[in-house]
Amino acid sequence: MNPIFKSHEKDFMRIEADQVCVDYNGTVALYDASLNLKAGSICGLVGMNGAGKSTFFKALMGFVRPSRGKIRLNGLRVNQAQKDQTVAYVPQNEGIDYDFPVSVWDVVMMGRYGAMNIFRIPRESDRRAVFHALERVDLLDLRNRPIGSLSGGQRKRAFLARAIAQRASVLLLDEPFSGVDVPTEKLMAELFLQFRQEGHTILISTHDLNHVRDFCDFVVLINKTVLAYGETSEVFTSENLNKTFGGIPPNPLSGPESSKDFVNE
Amino acid sequence: MSELLISITPLDWLLDPLTHDFMRRALMVSALVGGVCGLLSCYMTLKGWALMGDAVSHAVMPGVVVAYALGLPFSLGAFVFGVGSVALIGFIKQKSRIKEDTVIGLVFTGFFALGIVLVSKIKSNIDLMQILFGSPLGISQADVKQTLIISFVVIFILLLFRKDLMLYCFDAKHARSIGINTGMLHYLLLTLLSLSAVVGLQTVGIILVVAMLITPGATAYLLTDRFDRMTILAVVSSSFSSVLGVYISYWSDIETGGSIVLVQTLIFLIAFLFAPKYGIFKNQTLINN
Repeated sequence: MNPIFKSHEKDFMRIEADQVCVDYNGTVALYDASLNLKAGSICGLVGMNGAGKSTFFKALMGFVRPSRGKIRLNGLRVNQAQKDQTVAYVPQNEGIDYDFPVSVWDVVMMGRYGAMNIFRIPRESDRRAVFHALERVDLLDLRNRPIGSLSGGQRKRAFLARAIAQRASVLLLDEPFSGVDVPTEKLMAELFLQFRQEGHTILISTHDLNHVRDFCDFVVLINKTVLAYGETSEVFTSENLNKTFGGIPPNPLSGPESSKDFVNE
Repeated sequence: MSELLISITPLDWLLDPLTHDFMRRALMVSALVGGVCGLLSCYMTLKGWALMGDAVSHAVMPGVVVAYALGLPFSLGAFVFGVGSVALIGFIKQKSRIKEDTVIGLVFTGFFALGIVLVSKIKSNIDLMQILFGSPLGISQADVKQTLIISFVVIFILLLFRKDLMLYCFDAKHARSIGINTGMLHYLLLTLLSLSAVVGLQTVGIILVVAMLITPGATAYLLTDRFDRMTILAVVSSSFSSVLGVYISYWSDIETGGSIVLVQTLIFLIAFLFAPKYGIFKNQTLINN
């Protein structure tokens, strides 16, 4: 079967994870995590800090090798999917050096590197992709500015533009809404809905349950394994949420850590 | 001496050294080595590998000595020990609870000490001072050839993988996520570091070669917000420092390596004070406008 042909079918699975286990030097971070996502859907990945959200992302991106289980993106193995520019990853960006001497345009152009030849010389089509990506996140006017001169929300949009420029069918977004301003949040939410319309598959890790209610078709509740998975309306029950957050009310502002600090004081 | 300096014109100051064969050779090698190290220094400063540069450049010492003793090209020995030291650093870091900067300091001083012991034990025609402080004015024809070859290999690879290495320094995760082999880039950069340390020690010696590998990059970093411009500025300032350093060394009879690095440091200080956007005195100009 030709995967490119298959990808046009509506029921084609973009993300398939089958009983994925990940452990770090013997410590289990994730076990038996399974997930199937169709083309043209948005899925929220919800869990506490340390519940294995980033581990699941890392496994999907091939940053960690699962000790067991199988992952396919667009029907391809992870490393093949990356080479084909099938999957784009928008990180949380804690590790980025914002004093690096690159412009916004340069950063978004990095999304095109994988599609270029070894010399990484941009063609007209690459420049067009970057231009359109910047247009969609509303950063065209700032394209010649150094990346470090942008505000937090603008930086998030720049890295989202890089993923758009990559023109991948699968988008993985790690906490895209953390620390962004309201206009950016609105713009990103609109974009995600457009992406779904265009047939992209989006997996968003978040701890803000309102976002999940607003626009996620599916939701995965995770705590070391997949606790519940399905359409948002069915999965989002208080019983399931209690299981996910260990009986603690799912409010990101007063997680278990801060409440413990409060008691100690 | 000072009367002599006054009596010559600037043109003589520039042209007179060129009448000597050894000076033409020294100037050419220094300019080239300056350019190579300057180009690499951009990646070292952006990746935060200054300490790694220090480590590798010291760790090549026993390799140079062994290669000399065995009659092999010294670059081969330096290369083996340079890469070996990095592998050892990685191994110890992984297998123990010691922090990375401690491991780096520990490994490179150990290698360096081994080199010094080897020099004193082998006592052939190896000149410890030459290895430690470099001697571009006394560089042999064979060494020139070796330096040329290594330099062009390093420049070629750096230009070929320019964008990939830049991306690797900026966002290795993204590089990996688009299917670029970052493990390969990591070792490629380390290999280039070892090779550059080898050519750098020709001109300024092992002790000061780390300056060649970080100062031009740091200077250029203060002057621009664009990576391409940064590499050009680093190469130009580094080559210029090397040439000027050799000239000053020739006319005032001072150690060449020290002279080159001092010129580099001086240029850095000027950038540090007066860089248009990132210099200490930038605010005053902004207020005046």
